[in-house]
Amino acid sequence: MQAPDAKAIQVTDLTVAYRETPVLWDIDLDVPPGVLLAIVGPNGAGKTTLIKAILGLVRPAAGNILIYNKPYDAQRRIVGYVPQRGSVDWDFPTSVLDVVMMGRYGALGWIKRPGKQERELAMNALERVGMEKYTNRQISQLSGGQQQRVFLARALVQDATVYLMDEPFQGVDATTERAIVTLLQELRENGKTVVVVHHDLQTVTDYFDWVTLLNIRRIASGPVDETFTPENLRETYGGRIAFMKNR
Amino acid sequence: MEHFYFLTRFDYTLMIVTSGAALLGTVSGALGTYAVLRRQSLLGDVISHAALPGIAIAFLLTGSKTPLLLVLGAAIAGWLGALIILSIVRLTRIKYDSAFGLVLSTFFGFGMVLLSLIQRSGNANQAGLDDFIFGQAATILKRDVLTIGILGGIALIIMLIFWKELKLLIFDEGFAASIGLPIRALDILLTSLLVIAIVIGLQAVGAVLMSAMLVAPAVAARQWTDRLNLMVLLAACFGALAGVSGTIISSPIRIPTGPTIILCATAMVGISIAFAPNRGLLWNSIKQRRNRRSLKIATGRLIGATAVKNRMKENDTRRS
Repeated sequence: MQAPDAKAIQVTDLTVAYRETPVLWDIDLDVPPGVLLAIVGPNGAGKTTLIKAILGLVRPAAGNILIYNKPYDAQRRIVGYVPQRGSVDWDFPTSVLDVVMMGRYGALGWIKRPGKQERELAMNALERVGMEKYTNRQISQLSGGQQQRVFLARALVQDATVYLMDEPFQGVDATTERAIVTLLQELRENGKTVVVVHHDLQTVTDYFDWVTLLNIRRIASGPVDETFTPENLRETYGGRIAFMKNR
Repeated sequence: MEHFYFLTRFDYTLMIVTSGAALLGTVSGALGTYAVLRRQSLLGDVISHAALPGIAIAFLLTGSKTPLLLVLGAAIAGWLGALIILSIVRLTRIKYDSAFGLVLSTFFGFGMVLLSLIQRSGNANQAGLDDFIFGQAATILKRDVLTIGILGGIALIIMLIFWKELKLLIFDEGFAASIGLPIRALDILLTSLLVIAIVIGLQAVGAVLMSAMLVAPAVAARQWTDRLNLMVLLAACFGALAGVSGTIISSPIRIPTGPTIILCATAMVGISIAFAPNRGLLWNSIKQRRNRRSLKIATGRLIGATAVKNRMKENDTRRS
């Protein structure tokens, strides 16, 4: 359906500023289709802002963003989003199934209520993340890892081509981390493009095949084995990185 | 015969006032749920205080006390107050709480000045306008009940139409924006619904106390349920119950109705926080005690087990 050489995500000259301080400066980024990409960088590097800019949630001061050659507004239906777990109030009075069905709201359109079909899709997604036993659980009674899986299930029912995920590994246990990685790789195998804000440098080479190093500017971006080098990391983190020496 | 006539007269008035209080309690309870879940309880306070100058200006312009006109003036002023707060926060570095304080007192002060000017003007028709400050349920007439019913009904229908959109807006605004929901428009819609819920209650409950009618039923309802639809329904019932019981209690002993309604609503909050299952204080203390007991038994077993193990170890070392 798309031109064969189309980039899944193409960011050109993107600058975002909060008041006068630039958070992202002149970013160029090409994400080819079908990669599992980690966005890596120190705190305050603008990783979350980059994701939000791609989703049109923050207004850039300058620059252009295309998803498969079209602006985001025209491509909403093929983009799935997993926000940071801490961005919502988990004491909100709702159930696991209900949150997952929210992933269908975009396709449903105004006024229409989720019905049997949405319920089935949601159950399906919950099974894929191993949460089918928690369907009717109030969301405040979930552990951090379970909350993260619910958010992933919600993105799965969006049935997207491009996924943007903000720290899906934050505060999850080892079992959940494994399960999430397997799921992400499964998505890539199915030809989806998955962009993940990631914090743990140790696991980048194991989990991902592409990486973008970010610190307000884009330091480097490309296949992990070419891009994830000590020099690039030093430039990203400013020499504060000792453990990479023996690589 | 005359006596009998008086009784039916009295019952008729009480019935009108009670049904008005019940209606406004239903509407403010249901819509207050959204304010509470969005942590915007204070916004209700600002809107109700900011509505006062609107009532005064509506009267000054038209010289009439038609409920719909006064409510319209109140709504415009209340809405303007809310809008100014949103703009202050967006455009300056002033934080929400300061913006709330500024707008609330400025509008309310302005309203008081206008009301005292109207009172001094000697317009015979002005009597009763100051009831909007503390509320005067006894002055509710049939046409007021009609206004409350129609406006409140419209607000509730709009709430039901945009049910899932409003739910997503409150639960996860970022995700809502990512799927293309117009966040700012929905925000304005929700604020407008709150404005309606508040202005229809001003006459009975008053500008000073009205925000409690939004917050109290919702807080009480939250204690009993973990589902949004049940919470809205329960809050509506609690609001109606507070309206009815407040009116019936206050009427024979001649205490002001508005404050009595609010006291009834807060009594429900107290009861709910104390006794509701899962979230209630009583429930929690029982659960805690049970946990502590089972923990004691478990640690007791553990200590016993370690003692046995140690003794076996001792035996082992002695043997070797």
